[in-house]
Amino acid sequence: MATVEKTQDQESSTNGQYKVIGTRPIRHDGVDKVTGRARYGGDTRLTGMLPAAMLRSPHAHAKIISIDTSKAEALPGVRAVATSADLPDATDKIADLGEGSVNLKHLSDNVLAHDRVLYRGHAIAAVAADDIHIAQEAVGLIEVKYELLPPVMNVLDAMKADAPLLHDDIKTNDLGETADQLSNIATHIRFEKGDLEAGFAAADVIVEREFHTATVHQGYIEPHNATALWNADGHITVWMSTQGTFTARQQTAELLDVPVSRVKVVPMEIGGGFGGKISVYLPPVAAILSKKTGRPVQMLMSRTDVFEATGPTPGSTIRVKMGADSKGRITAAEAWLAYEAGAYPGSPVGAGAMCVFACYDVPNGKVDGFDVVVNKPRTNAYRAPGATNAAFATETVIDELCEKLKLDPVEFRINNAAKEGVRRVDGPVFPRVGMIETVEAIRDSEHYQTPLEGKFRGRGMASGFWFNVGLKSTAQATVNADGTVALIEGSTDIGGSRAGIAMQLAETLGIAAEDVVPTVVDTDSIGYTDVTGGSRVTFATGWAAYLAAKDIQGQLIERAAKIWDCDVAKIDYKDGAVVGPDGKRFTFKEIAAEAQTVGEPVIGRGSADPQEPGGAFGTHLVDVEVDIDTGKVTILRYTAAQDAGTAIHPAYVEGQIQGGVVQGIGWGLNEEYYYDDKGTMRNSTYLDYRMPTSYDLPMIDTIIVEVPNPGHPYGVRGVGEVPIVPPPAALANAIYNAIGIRMHELPMSPPKVLHEILKQQ
Amino acid sequence: MAKKRVVTTTINDRQVEFLCQPRQTLLESLRDVLNMTGTKEGCTNGNCGACTVLMDGRPVDSCLVLAVEAEGANLETIEGVAPSDGLDPIQTAFLENAALQCGICTPGFIMATKALLESNPHPTEDEIRFYLAGNLCRCTGYDKIVRAVLDVAESREEVSV
Repeated sequence: MATVEKTQDQESSTNGQYKVIGTRPIRHDGVDKVTGRARYGGDTRLTGMLPAAMLRSPHAHAKIISIDTSKAEALPGVRAVATSADLPDATDKIADLGEGSVNLKHLSDNVLAHDRVLYRGHAIAAVAADDIHIAQEAVGLIEVKYELLPPVMNVLDAMKADAPLLHDDIKTNDLGETADQLSNIATHIRFEKGDLEAGFAAADVIVEREFHTATVHQGYIEPHNATALWNADGHITVWMSTQGTFTARQQTAELLDVPVSRVKVVPMEIGGGFGGKISVYLPPVAAILSKKTGRPVQMLMSRTDVFEATGPTPGSTIRVKMGADSKGRITAAEAWLAYEAGAYPGSPVGAGAMCVFACYDVPNGKVDGFDVVVNKPRTNAYRAPGATNAAFATETVIDELCEKLKLDPVEFRINNAAKEGVRRVDGPVFPRVGMIETVEAIRDSEHYQTPLEGKFRGRGMASGFWFNVGLKSTAQATVNADGTVALIEGSTDIGGSRAGIAMQLAETLGIAAEDVVPTVVDTDSIGYTDVTGGSRVTFATGWAAYLAAKDIQGQLIERAAKIWDCDVAKIDYKDGAVVGPDGKRFTFKEIAAEAQTVGEPVIGRGSADPQEPGGAFGTHLVDVEVDIDTGKVTILRYTAAQDAGTAIHPAYVEGQIQGGVVQGIGWGLNEEYYYDDKGTMRNSTYLDYRMPTSYDLPMIDTIIVEVPNPGHPYGVRGVGEVPIVPPPAALANAIYNAIGIRMHELPMSPPKVLHEILKQQ
Repeated sequence: MAKKRVVTTTINDRQVEFLCQPRQTLLESLRDVLNMTGTKEGCTNGNCGACTVLMDGRPVDSCLVLAVEAEGANLETIEGVAPSDGLDPIQTAFLENAALQCGICTPGFIMATKALLESNPHPTEDEIRFYLAGNLCRCTGYDKIVRAVLDVAESREEVSV
């Protein structure tokens, strides 16, 4: 197998400009992953390893009166039991996790509940035993006495003045001031720009609507896992699948109150994350059980545990009001966003508030955001966290504005689009971005140019924005005597990023992608690297690899200078070769071989903390057919255009777009946490949660737009997150186009769509 | 605890005997007794297909089969798909089409694809989507997986002509 030449969708426009970038090599970890040899977290097997099981709360909200583990401990085969009493006292300290921060007291309480359970599935106690069935049996023997409290399951209920309170230490941080009274509202933020009143006064049409979105889960196929060994020398090793080994190390160390240097996190292959595998749940518990037993301990979550106890993304209520003049210019925009944080503060409402109008040049704006605790699992990042909820509201209102003004949604978007120099409502000014180009790409697509025909069929469009982040990355590259390079890096590879990083190193050195051997290594073996999240890995770790390659170039030039006995200033690195005076030249392979005998080993180092990730925009177009007897929405055709800056490996850029689109489709049409009045999730299996299957979908066509990011040596913009943002709104607009009904609530599942159809009849 | 049982099966053309508890699933026995971790666990209730293996040629969710039920069965797992000198065309097509991202669902998809193509060597896109609907993938949106399977079917056609 070699580099795949054919492209199934769009050809990368960078083809030709680069030798490696823009091609489609087979990923370096590919063979392991199609043969079952790749080792994921749950595949860890250690001598003497004990399995452990977790007792979880059957109640959504209760005080813990007592926990009696004596019967469990007495069961033959049980080796150790752990409860929150085994965790060191956590202080109120905010830890930065790279993509969001967390209060360690809350994190500790989330790992093992102390005196109160705040959601069904909340971890209470763990048992390590000789086999998993004994551990599970022992969990059933732990006796917990609860005092039930009323659950609060919805953001609007939780915000009421007389709502039952989840915490006895949360007072609203209201625009920077701490309120006097306890509340479920942890934070209220506000962004303002211009003169809102004057803006609405200048509008010819104003549309104001309220939207509701359900709690949804990232849905990665691999459940959370951790295997921990607390060695007799005090060193703790954790083998796990995680989006960030260094953040997992930090959280584990802080929760166990040991220095970070005492914890080594070994990254196993990771079976999906999408933001949900950044927080730690199991490692501190497995470590405590290991300390108690002197053995490595492995913990695996069940699928129901994953749904009930790991970070979904918030349900929300959003009000958006927008005004435009008769020429189709947005004059003012106002948003009110209330996001469910789950059991502990920390919803992505801040990001939602920053993204809600970011696709447009809004002259006068105001955005209020509320972070609200409810009796659901603590929310976590999910692909452009907070932005999809917000875009559902904004892009639906935009569609309605266009309808009322009788304006073409494509032209309206182009006329009002965010572009270089435009200031967002929350402050930052855009550098060169590709919003307009994505709308134009959709306008010019064969899909858009082909009229849609048929009864109850409709077409919808929506755009989306996500910041992307930079953060810290490290890469190290060793030149082998055979002219290849061993590349080590700290970014766990969820979707083929090893290839994208290796390709940037290869491009810089002028060698083939196949001549780089990339490996993701543990926290003792590479410099600090932030999480695989924020669409940052190809951007920032790719940059680190570029710097490592530049470092190698410099060393090879010095080596050639020694060999040729000339000044380094007379030597250049060009087209994969060291070029000296008088036609002297070593190819990379030749100088790599020379370097083996002349001088010290050649090792390139790159560490990066880039500040300009560039921002990502996407515009999507979808055709649907609505079954008016059942309310079922079928997707007939889908096209997504996205600015990738420079597509390093176009196949995996397309893959990120397609995967994000389909998650957005699931969010838009089917997925939701369905709770009963006791606060129990009633659909905590895949069958009932019902993510999209292959049979629910058509092919997802992609158009890669390339507006190079001026903040990256190869123009890379992150691509992972923004594709999830437009789909729910695009679908809502398509449903309106098909049957004349505006949907204001997600998911737009058959019962909800049918309900609206029946209301209209 | 009930007494352990001996189970005699054929796994990937080799006769294998193993001990298991009557309550252990085939998935658990493969992974924890036989250390064959290529078969993945995603849900343990037959919803996701990550643990798909072929049992007497039929794709089954190994989490829904008790290990003792495998007595006398002919099992095929992901570890047995590749010939000793390379990869199976299905595996190659998955790689060339970038039909995997995280890869955790891939062994299950490859086993299901193997079963599909053995019963229907030239499936249409719709037939592929229907047949593979029991295997969940959360990364790819299925587009490239379906294309990979179409590619395998097409290349088989060329061989047979």
